[in-house]
Amino acid sequence: MMFLDQALAILWKDIRCELRSKQTWMGMGMFALLVLVIFNFAFDLRVDNKAAIAPGALWVAFVFASLLGLGRTIASEREKGLMDRLMLCPVDRKAIFLAKLLGNLLFIGVVEVVALPVFAALFDVPLFGALLPIVLLGTLGVATIGTLFSAMAAATQARELLLPILVFPLIVPVVISAVRATSDLMVSAPNQPPWLGLMTAFDVIFLSVSMLTFEFVIKE
Amino acid sequence: MSHPYLEITGLKKNYGLKPVLRGVDLAVERGQRVALLGANGAGKTTLLRVLAGLTEPDAGKVCIGGLDITRDGLQARRLIGFVSHQPYLYDDLTVVENLHFFGRMYAVKQRKERASILLERVGLAKRASERASSLSRGQSQRLALARALLHAPRLLLLDEPDTGLDEDGITLLETLLNEHARDGGAVLFTTHQLEHAMQWSDRIGLLNGGRMAYQRETREVEAGSVRQAYQEALR
Repeated sequence: MMFLDQALAILWKDIRCELRSKQTWMGMGMFALLVLVIFNFAFDLRVDNKAAIAPGALWVAFVFASLLGLGRTIASEREKGLMDRLMLCPVDRKAIFLAKLLGNLLFIGVVEVVALPVFAALFDVPLFGALLPIVLLGTLGVATIGTLFSAMAAATQARELLLPILVFPLIVPVVISAVRATSDLMVSAPNQPPWLGLMTAFDVIFLSVSMLTFEFVIKE
Repeated sequence: MSHPYLEITGLKKNYGLKPVLRGVDLAVERGQRVALLGANGAGKTTLLRVLAGLTEPDAGKVCIGGLDITRDGLQARRLIGFVSHQPYLYDDLTVVENLHFFGRMYAVKQRKERASILLERVGLAKRASERASSLSRGQSQRLALARALLHAPRLLLLDEPDTGLDEDGITLLETLLNEHARDGGAVLFTTHQLEHAMQWSDRIGLLNGGRMAYQRETREVEAGSVRQAYQEALR
């Protein structure tokens, strides 16, 4: 009970600070929209190649925008010495991780809610209800790994450079699964692997490993 | 025989190959205020960080209220109130929201009432709904003091708490430390102000090169002898 209350307190604090500063949401949202617009103009979209290009464009926008926000998750707190203040509290480090993960999911989720209709309009694709579990599972994978490694990168000086280098190789399975699953929604292909099942498996592994290792990552 | 509330034995800490604490022994009893002096780089802040559980020691033992901080860190942290020389507040939260947040983190019962009382105590009640970023340096330090007392800790660790405080703030700090000790709490603070160390403490320690070079009961020493020891440590 105490664990959950502390996690929710940190989440409440992060949301309130973000609503007031508007630093992360605005940047992430603008970036995602810009990527979609640029891809829309950069590729020669036709009916026959839409299913090959649109899912990639969507997930590139989501992943890059997510990294902008993920980089700020713990770095901003560490820069101001506030992570130490948090560590002084009698709080299970897993509660800090859970709160930061939920915050990241929320921030990325808001950006996705804004970006998806724009994507549908620009790429002339319908928004399927079946896209929801793909977006949820894909976002969970990216946010989980991103939260863990943002804590690691925040302790270094070259955090902006380090975070993508650490995160991109690890999220490749999730991103590939998400792109292929999205593509399958547009043009159904036979004999496809169970992409949703793969994403679920990756998410479970990422979540378990991150929960267990976060304590050691943020330790001085 | 009662044990000291804070007991440090043979504490060592290295940063890389550089030894910062080289076997510190120190004890603070209930109701006692101990001042720690030392030149820059003597290891004062590192010592407090180890005691607060922010940094793990390489060797030695620290017990707070009978709890080993390495083994029972979570429970031991409940007993500690920490004030740093920087206030470290959430600028985007209001003054009172800062206290409510930390009240939740420490599971303080009736935290809203407790926050109001403490804000009144440190003279920030009228600014409760303003953003923490609007506070001056001294006011931020007052808020940091209120935050440290929020969960009624038994041990106060203060790292140069007099930094940035005006005359009223200094008086307030002294009063709060005295009250805390009178209520049976233990206090360990560092300062560069010899006068503050002499006025506010029951015992004075001098940390030099990562070791306790000098420890005396304050009433038994004269400012001159402490100053001399301090000057020698600086050389």
